[in-house]
Amino acid sequence: MPITDIPRPLGKKLQDGRSFFPSGVADGGAGRVRLVPGIEPPILADVRLRINGTEHQLTIDTRTSLLDLLREHLDLTGAKKGCDHGQCGACTILIDGRRANACLALAVAHNGAEIVSVEGLADGDILHPLQRAFIEHDAFQCGYCTPGQLCSAVGMLDEVRDGWPSAVTPLLAAEGEIELTAAEIRERMNGNLCRCGAYANIVPAIGDAAA
Amino acid sequence: MRPFRFERATDAQQAVALLGDAPDARYLGGGTNLVDLMRLGVETPGTLIDVTRLVGYDRIDEGDDGGLRIGAAVRNSDLAADPRVRERYPVLAEAVLHGASGQLRNLATVGGNLLQRTRCAYFTDVTKPCNKRALGTGCPAREGRHHNHAIFGHSEHCVATHPSDMAVALAALGATVHALGPAGARTIPIPGFYRLPEDAPHRDTLLEPGELITAVELGPPPGRQTRQRYRKVRERRSFAFALASVAAVLDLESSGTVSDVRIALGGVAHMPWRATRAEVALRGAPVTPERATEAAQAELEYAQPLRDNSYKVELAHNLIAATLMELAA
Repeated sequence: MPITDIPRPLGKKLQDGRSFFPSGVADGGAGRVRLVPGIEPPILADVRLRINGTEHQLTIDTRTSLLDLLREHLDLTGAKKGCDHGQCGACTILIDGRRANACLALAVAHNGAEIVSVEGLADGDILHPLQRAFIEHDAFQCGYCTPGQLCSAVGMLDEVRDGWPSAVTPLLAAEGEIELTAAEIRERMNGNLCRCGAYANIVPAIGDAAA
Repeated sequence: MRPFRFERATDAQQAVALLGDAPDARYLGGGTNLVDLMRLGVETPGTLIDVTRLVGYDRIDEGDDGGLRIGAAVRNSDLAADPRVRERYPVLAEAVLHGASGQLRNLATVGGNLLQRTRCAYFTDVTKPCNKRALGTGCPAREGRHHNHAIFGHSEHCVATHPSDMAVALAALGATVHALGPAGARTIPIPGFYRLPEDAPHRDTLLEPGELITAVELGPPPGRQTRQRYRKVRERRSFAFALASVAAVLDLESSGTVSDVRIALGGVAHMPWRATRAEVALRGAPVTPERATEAAQAELEYAQPLRDNSYKVELAHNLIAATLMELAA
C-alpha cells in the first residue's frame, strides 16, 4: 500500500491531541500530512469560532482540542498544556463566558462558541484587574499556571456574582450574596494547580480584584 | 487517538438512530471523561455523537408534585446552582459540588456524570490487563494496587469503584433514570441502574447498547422534617475522588423517631451502595450515638476489604455514624 499525501488544511501540522513535536517535525516541514499504511487517516471538519473578539474559520482534524487549536493553529500560546487530562487547569479558558478546561473540550463540539483566552483579558495595554492584582501580589513564580489561574479566576468571580454556591458555602439553600472568604477562593480555584506553591499570594490577589 | 467522525444530534430519536447506524459510535456529553479515555486509548470510537444540544435537554422542569425532571444535558454546575435543587434536594447539590473542579463542572453533563468510568489505574492503562476494559484479561488490582478499591460487592473479576458523587446522592434520593434506545423509552431506578461486576465488569449499568440517558427524575421533595447531607472523605481536601462518601436522607417524626432513612455510600463499591442494613437498624426509634454506631456496624460487618483497603471499613463506619448524629442534632 503506497504512502499517500493529502493537502494540509492549514499551515500547521495536524494534531493527534498529545504530540509535543514542534511545527514541521511530524511532516518534515513539507506542509503535507503523510499517511502511513495501517493508520487511519484524519477526519476533517469545519469550525467557526470567535476567539478574543476575532472570527476564525478553520478546517481541523476532529480530534483537535480547543487547547491545540489555540496553540498549534493560531499561535495563541497563552493557554498552557500542563497535564492534558483536565487535572491541572493550566489550559483554562472561557467558553461562552464560562471557564473550562480547553484540553478536554473538542473544538468540533464547541463550533460557534465565543472563546476568551488569557490573550483576550487585557484591553489593549490596559491590563485586566486580575492581571494587575497578580502582579501587585507577586502571585506567581515560574508563571506556567498563571494564564489558567487568571482565566479561571475571571470565570469564578462571575459564578460568585451569579450566586453559585461552592462545597464550602455555609448555607447552601440560601440565595443571596456570597461572602468571598479565603476558604471560598481556595475551594473554587481547586482546579488550578500551582507547582511553585504561589497559592499564598494567588488567594489574596483574587480577593483584592474581587473587592 | 483514533480518528473519528463527528455528528451533532438535535433530538434524542435522531441521536439513537445515528448510533444505530454506527455501532462503534459513542454519545458525547461534556467530554470530561470520554475525551480523556480516548486520549489514553481506553476508548476508540469511530464516531462521536454530540448529545449536548438536544433541544430541551438542558432544562430542569418542575412536575405538579414539586418533583424535578433534570435533562441529561444539564451541566453539573447548573444543576448544583439551581435554587429548586438547593432548597428541596440539598444532598444532590452538595454531592455535585464535592466533585471535580469548577471548570470541569461547567463542561460535564448529568448523563455523562452517571456514565463516567472507574478511575482504577489498571483500567486507564492500556498496557495492563483489566477485565473492565478487556474482558477475560484478568484483574491485577485484586493483588496489586487497590488501596482505593471496593469493600462491598466486588468479584474475582473486578474490584473497581464507581467514581460519581452525584450518583450517590441520587441513590439516596431514589431518583429514576430515563433512557431511550432502539427498543423505545424506559425508566430505571437508581441504584438499580448500576450493577455489580460479577463476571461481566465491562458493563457498569443496565443500559443496553445504543441506549441514551435522556433525563433524571426526582420524586416529590421530602417534607420539612427531612434532613439531608452528603459527606466525602478524600486524600486531599478538594478536587479528588472519594475514599468513601455518604449521602443520607433522614425523615424524623416530631418526637425524633426515625420514620424513614435512606443511606448510600460512595467509593466503596462498583455502584452507589445502599446501606439497607443500616437503614433497617435505624427505623422506629430516635437516633442516639449508640444506635448510629449499631446501624453503621450492621452494614459494615458485611464488608469484604482487600489486603490494602481495610481502612475503608472503619472510615465508612465512622462516616455513617457521624453523619447520622449531625442530621439528628
